[in-house]
Amino acid sequence: MSAVGRKREIPGTTVFDGEQAMKGYALNKMCYSFNDRANRDAFVADEDAYCARFGLDPQQREAIRQRDVLGLIAAGGNAYYLAKFAGIFKLDMQDIGAMQTGMTKEQFKAKLAAAAR
Amino acid sequence: MAKIVGAITTSHVPAIGGAIAKGLQNDPYWKPFFDGFPPVRHWLAEVKPDVAVIVYNDHGLNFFLDKMPTFAVGAAPTYANADEGWGIPQVPPFQGDPALSWQLIESLVADEFDLVTCQEMKVDHAFTLPMALCWPGQKWPVRTVPVVVNTVQAPLPSAARCYKLGQAIGRAIENWDDELRVLVMGTGGLSHQLDGQRAGFINKEFDLRFMDSLVQDPTWATRYSIDDLIELAGTQGVELLNWLVARGTLGPSVRKLHANYHIPISNTAAGLMVLEPAR
Repeated sequence: MSAVGRKREIPGTTVFDGEQAMKGYALNKMCYSFNDRANRDAFVADEDAYCARFGLDPQQREAIRQRDVLGLIAAGGNAYYLAKFAGIFKLDMQDIGAMQTGMTKEQFKAKLAAAAR
Repeated sequence: MAKIVGAITTSHVPAIGGAIAKGLQNDPYWKPFFDGFPPVRHWLAEVKPDVAVIVYNDHGLNFFLDKMPTFAVGAAPTYANADEGWGIPQVPPFQGDPALSWQLIESLVADEFDLVTCQEMKVDHAFTLPMALCWPGQKWPVRTVPVVVNTVQAPLPSAARCYKLGQAIGRAIENWDDELRVLVMGTGGLSHQLDGQRAGFINKEFDLRFMDSLVQDPTWATRYSIDDLIELAGTQGVELLNWLVARGTLGPSVRKLHANYHIPISNTAAGLMVLEPAR
């Protein structure tokens, strides 16, 4: 989609725009449902059935199955909604950061602390 | 006439809620952050606002992508937090000020800000945590008006547009025929990026320049496009738009009463400022 012209390339960054919002709609809608504990419990009880209910496409389903954060973003996931998915597993944002950058959590925390210098 | 007593701009990282609930304010990790707030509370006790207009972005609690307003104003009698998906500790509900909400709505639409109005609205951590940082007893002494800016789904409103929204909110308040003392809050930022290979990106130099600009040169950030701001401050650092709205309400010149800046809280460079209009 290039209705509004050429996209800016920002290294390591996916801007959540209309194209991503369309691609990720089902995935983000499922993650939005995790605002309710009952829905989180239903996901944990039967992940396949829960994903099917929201109509995830195969790419999204696989990324959910693998807990693959970069894959979820590539499949249209938005960070704010994916955070609710991460919440099910009690993962915090530093866990998520480490997963995306191929670091251990301690390495990722050290990287953050280094930004203060 | 109503009067803006000043603005507080602060980060709103969800982990702050957990730290408050666990009483970690003096923990070595958290202390440099929480130590920024006693001067804010001291100032609030002096200026005694009646109402807080809180400019923030919703993170998928009240709004989903099915309907995503660029700007929205709450006009509800009360606002409550809810489970945001990771079991954030809850805070008591907030009293609204529907009369001031509708004054903002009338005035902003007349000023060509065609916003969404919400007579029911859940408020998320971006609203509740700054309130809890200002009033840790969580007995809210102010009524509240939420103003929500889309920082979630591009296209986002430009920095220039956000500054102008702040100016328009300032006019709406100053023209309100009621002797109210109004606090403005702008929450979010500063630089951080949660997603992608660049997760963990923080830009101290940019943040400090931005904070300085709010005092010295308030439209400095309006030279940047949204893509520029994402590159400079991170995909979520663009929440600094909420700070620009808050700054815009204060008029051309301000006094900086207090500031704090600390890296990191969670994945975020945490900023805090208290600004007062220079009259």
